[in-house]
Amino acid sequence: MPSDLVHLYMRIDHLPQIWCPGCGNGVIMRDVAVAIDELIHDEDNPIKREDIVIVSGIGCSSRAAGYLDFNSIHTTHGRAIAFATGIKMANPRLHVIVLTGDGDCSAIGGNHLIHAARRNLGLTVICFNNDIYGMTGGQYSPTTPNGDKATTAPYGNVDRPFDIAQLASGAGASFSARGDIYHARETIEIIKQAILHKGFSLVDVYSICPTYYGRKNKKGDAVEMLKWQRDNLVPTARYYSMSEEDRKNKKLVGILSFNDYPEYTEEYAKIVAACRKTKKG
Amino acid sequence: MPKTVLMQGNEAAVEGAVAAGMRFFAGYPITPSTEIAEGCALRLPQEGGKFIQMEDEISSIAAVLGASAAGMKAMTATSGPGFSLMQENIGYGAMAEIPCVIVDVQRSGPSTGLPTSPSQGDYMQARWGTHGDHPVIALSPATVRETYTLIIRAFNLSEKYRTPVIFLMDEIVGHMREDVELPDPSTLKINQRKMSFHDGANKQCYFVPDGQFVPAMKPFGQGERYNITGLAHDESGFPVNSSEIAGKLVGRLLDKVEKNVDDICRVEEVEMDDAETAIVCFGGTTRAVMDAVAAAREAGEKVGMFRPITVWPFPEKALRARLPRLKRILTVEHNHGQMLLEVQRIVGGALSVDFLGRIDGTVISPADILAKLREEGPSHAE
Amino acid sequence: MGDTRYEMRFAGSGGQGVILASVILAEAAVIAGLHAVQSQAYGPEARGGVSRAETILSRGRIWFSKVSRPDFLLALTQASLDAYSQTLAENAVVLFDDSLSMPAGLDASRAIAVPVLKCAKETVGKAFTANIVAVGAINAALRLFDDETLLEAVRRHIPAGTEEINRKALEAGAALITPEQTAAFAVQIG
Repeated sequence: MPSDLVHLYMRIDHLPQIWCPGCGNGVIMRDVAVAIDELIHDEDNPIKREDIVIVSGIGCSSRAAGYLDFNSIHTTHGRAIAFATGIKMANPRLHVIVLTGDGDCSAIGGNHLIHAARRNLGLTVICFNNDIYGMTGGQYSPTTPNGDKATTAPYGNVDRPFDIAQLASGAGASFSARGDIYHARETIEIIKQAILHKGFSLVDVYSICPTYYGRKNKKGDAVEMLKWQRDNLVPTARYYSMSEEDRKNKKLVGILSFNDYPEYTEEYAKIVAACRKTKKG
Repeated sequence: MPKTVLMQGNEAAVEGAVAAGMRFFAGYPITPSTEIAEGCALRLPQEGGKFIQMEDEISSIAAVLGASAAGMKAMTATSGPGFSLMQENIGYGAMAEIPCVIVDVQRSGPSTGLPTSPSQGDYMQARWGTHGDHPVIALSPATVRETYTLIIRAFNLSEKYRTPVIFLMDEIVGHMREDVELPDPSTLKINQRKMSFHDGANKQCYFVPDGQFVPAMKPFGQGERYNITGLAHDESGFPVNSSEIAGKLVGRLLDKVEKNVDDICRVEEVEMDDAETAIVCFGGTTRAVMDAVAAAREAGEKVGMFRPITVWPFPEKALRARLPRLKRILTVEHNHGQMLLEVQRIVGGALSVDFLGRIDGTVISPADILAKLREEGPSHAE
Repeated sequence: MGDTRYEMRFAGSGGQGVILASVILAEAAVIAGLHAVQSQAYGPEARGGVSRAETILSRGRIWFSKVSRPDFLLALTQASLDAYSQTLAENAVVLFDDSLSMPAGLDASRAIAVPVLKCAKETVGKAFTANIVAVGAINAALRLFDDETLLEAVRRHIPAGTEEINRKALEAGAALITPEQTAAFAVQIG
């Protein structure tokens, strides 16, 4: 029941949200709320609502922090993961969830992303990836495909794009996954696993921006863009049953990398415990 | 009896901060502040605190603000190049009213400059480094012992006024060791957070009762849900696009410092009661000035020292009180004349303000100051 | 100012430990109840290049933290000996490694040339103890502190487990100084 969800987990007096008609960000925000709701009510592994802190940077994605009714901090552009690092270190009990965008986390904040992944600090990063800078009106981002158009790429984008989930894997993330807005149920499950994962987790969720990216690149309306996700992004079971030939030009919706490397705050707690024991002894 | 120890300025910053209750440090190595990060890495786990070496100075101040929002007294330390990188988030701390202490052990600039040489070239940056009108409190120590006691005050002011406090050190004091008799820890006054919001207006997180300037702070993770943002916001902590609310907010941020200058400002005045010449200085420069004042007094010259300990806001009232007796002011700084501009603004042409400065990374000596004092007539040479 | 300060300068190349030597003498002064200020000047890198450290001792409060005309100079490289022997106070004592050549104009009666580096390498057996050998020699010549105070100062600044070799270095350094030199150069801190 979506309306219950809205009442329970969103700040109703701050709605409606500012996103454009057809924007995928609202779907991702809802996926995050559903994932949290299911975890709060999980009999085996319940998490506490007051232990959740939502951290965001700057951009369309980052407005989600203001709409979700949890502890929330809307920080500076690119720095959400760095603020989140301090929050998690100060209180490791907290579930620190970073809501960020492709520009926020892989351009201006790219350095913080790779280092948090390398440290394996227990944050959950949800990237609202719409291949464009929406808030400022349609400039190309680090995930805009090569050759695509943007207001700052009027002749086509010369850059090659990042695959953010692979980038995080390469930087050592102990949990890296991809979601989208078409496969909502699968994406919710991935977000739940990411939140429960002890170490650093990243979910690169493919959003859609019909207003800027879609229009500039003649991708059609929101429905057409969703159809593209349906036809080109493939959930795990089906993806791995496909032949290698069929997988060409398709992308996995699911977990790219996973390991149980020790989590940073737990490792640091061991140092603190050892120091205090020495001090007392 | 308190024990006398040999201690370095940077080490005193660590020990003072720990005594003040600092339990989180995030930083990035940079000369001449690195001993502070090293000291925190060693000491914090012993006190149950946390240290993290971040990937740069931008993330260091961001992590500090995050840790403070989650309830830990937090600090970072850097020098000029890193201080420049931190500026955006220092403004965030001022806007979102998150307490923290930023230590800047100044070195010669601009740019990479002379990394191991003393300077006081960040005085104006400490005031105006971040964009937009914002409150600033900056303190500057002259001795190793004062580094210890004053950084405790930096934390206390930061907590009391919910604003980042700049601790403006310099290479002279930061890298110097001297004998220090530390105060008995039981005599220290430490401000703690109230840990609940002010009553009234539905306990809104940025609610400020009439007659007060500062909202009370309750960290994340203690039961209440609220929002923090660097956007202009109302008392509920949510962004607004109202010029009235934005104007009121920034006005209050500025007022909490401007209307409390008597509480915030501290000055050390030496031989000032009958002084005809006042030497104005701050931080490590004080050490040469003290010897120069003693030598001038020995020679029968009526010279005193006026040293702002709170360097921002400048202790204007205290300087004005001295003006009627004074015939001359000599401002001495390891820069091209930065505090000089504040002194000139306050003096306003009432008497001559001379300047002795240095921008080559070498230290101004007592002899340099005596020579300047004894120069005929007002001048403005370097 | 000036008269009551005893200004010491320690110069060598980066890695020779002259900064630690200056810190140990300042530490000894604090143990002995004197005032002390110690500072250093070096390049931005942790190793290599010229290294210079300064310690000022006094019975009164020390303000200005830099040395202008040292009363004592330790030099472990020719470049530092040549450069810093030009700016000494009257009657300053200069202690340098005897592998270096005496600069022109230096008062031979106030110069102490001893084999600091060789002593560390051969007598003590570890080249890295040269700074502690130098500290032992300096204190034997100037009689600033009693042996216990100096040993305690050294202990506070060395890694655990190296006490024995450092004590040996101090003693070996002291043995480089003759009773005549001690009689000639002992100082009183004012």
